[in-house]
Amino acid sequence: METTQIKPIQYTAKDFKSDQYVRWCPGCGDYAVLNSLQKVMADLGVAPHNTAVISGIGCSSRLPYYTSSYGFHTIHGRGAAIATGVKVANPELTVWQITGDGDCLAIGGNHFIHSVRRNVDINVLLFNNQIYGLTKGQYSPTTKKGFVTKSSPFGTVERPFRPAELTLGARGTFFGRLLDVDLKNAQATMMAAAKHKGTSVVECLVNCVIFNDGAHDWLAERETRTDRMIFLEQDKPMIFGKERNKGLIVEGFNLKVVTIGENGITEADLLVHDATCQDTTLHFKLAMMEGPEFPIAMGVIRAVEDETYDQALETQIATIQAKSKIKTFDELIATCEQWEM
Amino acid sequence: MDKTKTTELDNVVVRFSGDSGDGMQLTGTLFSNLSAILGNEISTFPDFPSEIRAPLGTIGGVSGFQVHLGSSKIYTPGDDADVLVAMNPAALKVNSKGIKKGGIIIYDVDSFEKSDFEKAGFTTENPFEELSISETIQLIPAPLSTLTQASLDGMGFDNKTVLRSKNMFALGVVCWLFNRPIEQAIHFLQNKFGKKPTILEANIKVLTDGFNYGNNLHLTISTYFVEKSLETPKGNYTSISGNKATAWGLIAASQKAGLQLFLGSYPITPATDIMHELAARKDMGVKVVQAEDEIAGITTSIGAAFAGSLAATNTSGPGLALKSEAIGLAVMAELPLVIIDVMRGGPSTGLPTKTEQTDLLQALYGRNGESPAVVIAAGTPDDCFHYAFMASKIALEHMTPVILLSDAFIGNGTSLWKLPTLAELPEIKPNYVKSGMEGCKVTARDEVSKVRYWSSPGMEGFEHRNGGLEKDYATGCISTDPLNHEKMVETRRAKIDYISNFLPELKIEGNENAETLVIGWGGTHGHLMSAVNNLNKNGKEIALAHFNYINPLPKNTVEVVQKYKKVVVCELNSGQFATFLRSKVPGVEFLQYNKVQGQPFTVAELENNFIELMK
Repeated sequence: METTQIKPIQYTAKDFKSDQYVRWCPGCGDYAVLNSLQKVMADLGVAPHNTAVISGIGCSSRLPYYTSSYGFHTIHGRGAAIATGVKVANPELTVWQITGDGDCLAIGGNHFIHSVRRNVDINVLLFNNQIYGLTKGQYSPTTKKGFVTKSSPFGTVERPFRPAELTLGARGTFFGRLLDVDLKNAQATMMAAAKHKGTSVVECLVNCVIFNDGAHDWLAERETRTDRMIFLEQDKPMIFGKERNKGLIVEGFNLKVVTIGENGITEADLLVHDATCQDTTLHFKLAMMEGPEFPIAMGVIRAVEDETYDQALETQIATIQAKSKIKTFDELIATCEQWEM
Repeated sequence: MDKTKTTELDNVVVRFSGDSGDGMQLTGTLFSNLSAILGNEISTFPDFPSEIRAPLGTIGGVSGFQVHLGSSKIYTPGDDADVLVAMNPAALKVNSKGIKKGGIIIYDVDSFEKSDFEKAGFTTENPFEELSISETIQLIPAPLSTLTQASLDGMGFDNKTVLRSKNMFALGVVCWLFNRPIEQAIHFLQNKFGKKPTILEANIKVLTDGFNYGNNLHLTISTYFVEKSLETPKGNYTSISGNKATAWGLIAASQKAGLQLFLGSYPITPATDIMHELAARKDMGVKVVQAEDEIAGITTSIGAAFAGSLAATNTSGPGLALKSEAIGLAVMAELPLVIIDVMRGGPSTGLPTKTEQTDLLQALYGRNGESPAVVIAAGTPDDCFHYAFMASKIALEHMTPVILLSDAFIGNGTSLWKLPTLAELPEIKPNYVKSGMEGCKVTARDEVSKVRYWSSPGMEGFEHRNGGLEKDYATGCISTDPLNHEKMVETRRAKIDYISNFLPELKIEGNENAETLVIGWGGTHGHLMSAVNNLNKNGKEIALAHFNYINPLPKNTVEVVQKYKKVVVCELNSGQFATFLRSKVPGVEFLQYNKVQGQPFTVAELENNFIELMK
């Protein structure tokens, strides 16, 4: 007897490329993130028609035009709210929100923290180039203090946001970080974000070649990259460095970089990464690490389980519908206090 | 023992007034509902302060509920009251100008003490003389608080329950006065307080004692009776507020269209009840997101519309202002969306609990770029149902945002509503993509109606990119081509104009052959209709054209309006619809009658104005 086997369709990145000419500046870090995303979408196996890509305004927000799925390029800062509406209306969809440091953290800050707080199951790619690109070079909420831009000719006097701090402060269940040019780790991080149930915030460190070239150079330099970043992996000791001989330990209330083999330190002394730990303390510490004293934490820093908003709403509706006698409009009308005239 | 005589009245207006915590809204609702059951026409209007609990006994804390009963068709909650129930001197003071000559005031003498007069700002101990109404009005002092305490004495109720029950004593007295059987009121109380047996028992006892008190003491020379209305078309009725009717109109439309209903909303007076009503309808699968702000209220809805739902957002004037940019996105993305504006007094925070029609031009023009949207206005509490349904139908069938204007007066007020069935409502057929159209562009549209084809995520083969940037007419790709942009602007305008083909023609009410035409729109229909009917009854010929469809206007608007010698546009603003009509109807001198006081028109002021006008 023959059995029909339904094989899952194997998609390729090409299935997620639209016919539109990509119009970012040559050398822009967004290209690399787009390519990684299309690869991840293919590997994820969700069909293009079940994938929605929602964006606000800014260079990165042009991304939906370049993916072959349902895309919506909306208005400045509102991507998180619109993505929330899409996901709540149809929880079957895989929803990506594409946003930048201005779109997400300045004009869209309120929607961002609330979508994170609600834990709507959307995947947020936050392109952080620490500058406003599309409006040609003003400082953003993540621009380093003192940085000279067109709108801060004498240096900014503002303290920047740190996206991880904001995400965790809004009770985020997922925070990851990737570097545009580090394709392999970027794709692994995006895939983890896609698979996480809840709002997954991925800070994508991208380079703006025109207005803020080299903002992430300290990290991105190929020669020194492995010494300056630590790619966090679940249940693995926190090791980094070209020689794989550096690690992180806790000393007092703080993290400390140590070298394996020095002062009696062995691999067993190092911290083991647990992104699923509900307590945010260590996740904060890891996410806040800055050079040159520390490596920059990359990969999945936090991924804890909690009920998502969209599923909680579905569950509540199903529970009430199972109990209620009112199913149709006419049955609703019948519940009115009514009289014949 | 001689009985009090009974006088028959064609209609009567009763106003219950007291502190915010005195339960006047419940008392009034019960009285109007049990009158409706007796076959009366009803119309009600609550008038409450924006303070939740202002200091007891002060003017700022007075909450009122007006009920108009009729044995023939009534259109408004009435101007002045025949009977005022005043729970304290502040309530008397607030309402003193709104009582008819020869009317009755029932007041709680227990709350008419020296300290109460001071709180209400009276300088003497005779408020009736101070207000110069002691001569013209029949006063019925009743020690409501004492009698309520006596009624519940020894039954083990706590003091709070006792004091909160005095509204039921007042209701009992009014039921006696108008020959309303209290059995029906008791039945309502059982429905409302079934789960709180203590409160139910106290309320029923006090209500009954109040009724008997009136009966035994023959408080007035006459009691009154309003016969059942024979003009009301036969059928099953309920009493419904405009906000509830709006919510149910959306539900009916979602069922008729076979779509999930989604509401994105942020609380704002006086529109929030629509969200409350829909949030309670999880049994019907309604999804409500209480958003973080007004902008997220509409943008979550736009997301839901993009995902294929019937999406709506509700707000009031300040919220509509915040939603402007997003409405523009819905215009540009050509997505169906219902935006409900329950108008209140403005500008800015303005008069949050009071009614006005001052958002019309904001609804029509308050967006950047050439951004046409459909604008509809409901006319009465019950027809909010119809227009919410039609707003949804037009949005879905013509792929456009529709702004539905309601206002605090019809949103909070109630009227009789003939219960519909889903079967009798018109079909809703969105312009979906069809099989065989796979790969069509986002801008692919019906070339006659200019309505684009609707596909949404989950539908295989129709993946597309939508957005707020201008699109090429043919390819749907982003375009800055000058001529293409002009063509798209024209297409979006033509799409809205074409909707007039589906709208009912403008009808004249009153005397069609009169020389004078009154024009109104939205929530003023009841007052205008009453004034016009009264004048025609008195031999003064006058016609009424009332608009519910504003953009586009009914097709015959120009032809109808041009027929009249004198045309006066009446609205609760400084002349916004008149301004709009001047741009649409050539060759007519539009006179204006305007009121911007946060209050509805009164029928009397309209009649006086029209009489002057016709001289």
